[in-house]
Amino acid sequence: MYLRKNIATSEAGFIFNPATGDSFSANPIAAEILHLLKQGNTVAQIKESLLATYEVEPLRLDRDWDDFFNQLKEANLLES
Amino acid sequence: MNTPDKLLTIAVTGLNAIDSPGPGIAVIRGLREGLNRPVRIIGLSYEILEPGIYMHEVVDKTYQIPYPAAGTTALLNRLQYIHGQENLQLIIPNFDAELPQFIRLAPTLKAMGIASFLPTAAQFAARDKINLFQFGQQHQLLVPRDKSIHSVAELQSCEESFGYPLVVKGKFYDAVVTYTLEQAQKAFYKISAKWGLPIIVQEFITGTEINIAVLGDGNGKMISAIPMRKLYITDKGKAWSGITLQDDTLIQLARDFIAATQWKGGCELEIMRTEKNELYIMEINPRFPAWIYLTAAAGQNQPAALARMALGEDQPVYDDYEAGKIFVRYAWDHITDINEFHQISGKGEL
Repeated sequence: MYLRKNIATSEAGFIFNPATGDSFSANPIAAEILHLLKQGNTVAQIKESLLATYEVEPLRLDRDWDDFFNQLKEANLLES
Repeated sequence: MNTPDKLLTIAVTGLNAIDSPGPGIAVIRGLREGLNRPVRIIGLSYEILEPGIYMHEVVDKTYQIPYPAAGTTALLNRLQYIHGQENLQLIIPNFDAELPQFIRLAPTLKAMGIASFLPTAAQFAARDKINLFQFGQQHQLLVPRDKSIHSVAELQSCEESFGYPLVVKGKFYDAVVTYTLEQAQKAFYKISAKWGLPIIVQEFITGTEINIAVLGDGNGKMISAIPMRKLYITDKGKAWSGITLQDDTLIQLARDFIAATQWKGGCELEIMRTEKNELYIMEINPRFPAWIYLTAAAGQNQPAALARMALGEDQPVYDDYEAGKIFVRYAWDHITDINEFHQISGKGEL
């Protein structure tokens, strides 16, 4: 799962797709995930980092992760 | 050829910066910022309340010109007078309805020392709404199927061919999306009363609307293309805000269009991108759009580039621009004086 290469993100959680003109707002944790993805981290690495930083059960994280990525997919922000 | 430090006098039409604006003010803004030399702008107006007439920081002087219905001779006579007063070097017309006359007059104007940079009469006619489908087929470009009709009874056959919804369009302006025969009939009468016949009935294409401002050199080379998606539209469907896009397929489509048509001058491609990523050309406007200043803001100043080419100067092909540049149009109550109003309405000059 990779973000499309040309997707622009900001630290404040703003996401811009220059191919479509669509823009979105991400909450702080979503923004952190996007930042880590853009840096080239793998899904496993990011999940590990989130588990270490936040008080969250692995199962809950997986569920929220899937939900978040479905939203990214629907928004046409992931490489197909 | 003009030297860069010499005053350049350019006449521009389309000063109607209203809710459905003409491109003139945006074109002038691009010229003033992009030509790097002193510029004197002569406005050419049709109506006495076109806001640009009174915007003296934008337009140095305005002359009224006759409506296209008055004929080419009347326009030429008026331009000869204006040229005698102002020594014009370039004219940039910005209305669809006036373009045929300016195209016809281009050689005469050139002989007078006034440059222009316009499509040929054949190019202008080929992209007309009435010929658009044939144009698409000829150049292997995707265009929605359509029919030109002269009577309301013909709507039935359009319904059978395309199904609903149907887009009912005027030959110059206006388009209504209709979902039933009754709605289509109503649109037919309303639009034909305003713009005459024929009415164009087009199949409806679902998708995201994108506009591309394009500049061609007349020899098949694309000088610039800036795609824009409307973020906010008025009740007339005009962009009140828009954002530049970065998408190579859109740029390639514009390049294909210019290569196929050898288009000379500015134009606007109205595109519909379907869910399958097909790019349909819905309409081709034969002049700069009202949002043309966004091209300058994004890094490709199309009005200035057109002026340079018209004057025989070097104009390299633009290859980069900024995606994510946004324009937000605004309304402004410009204050003027009754004397100015009298002068333009009485003398035809201000």
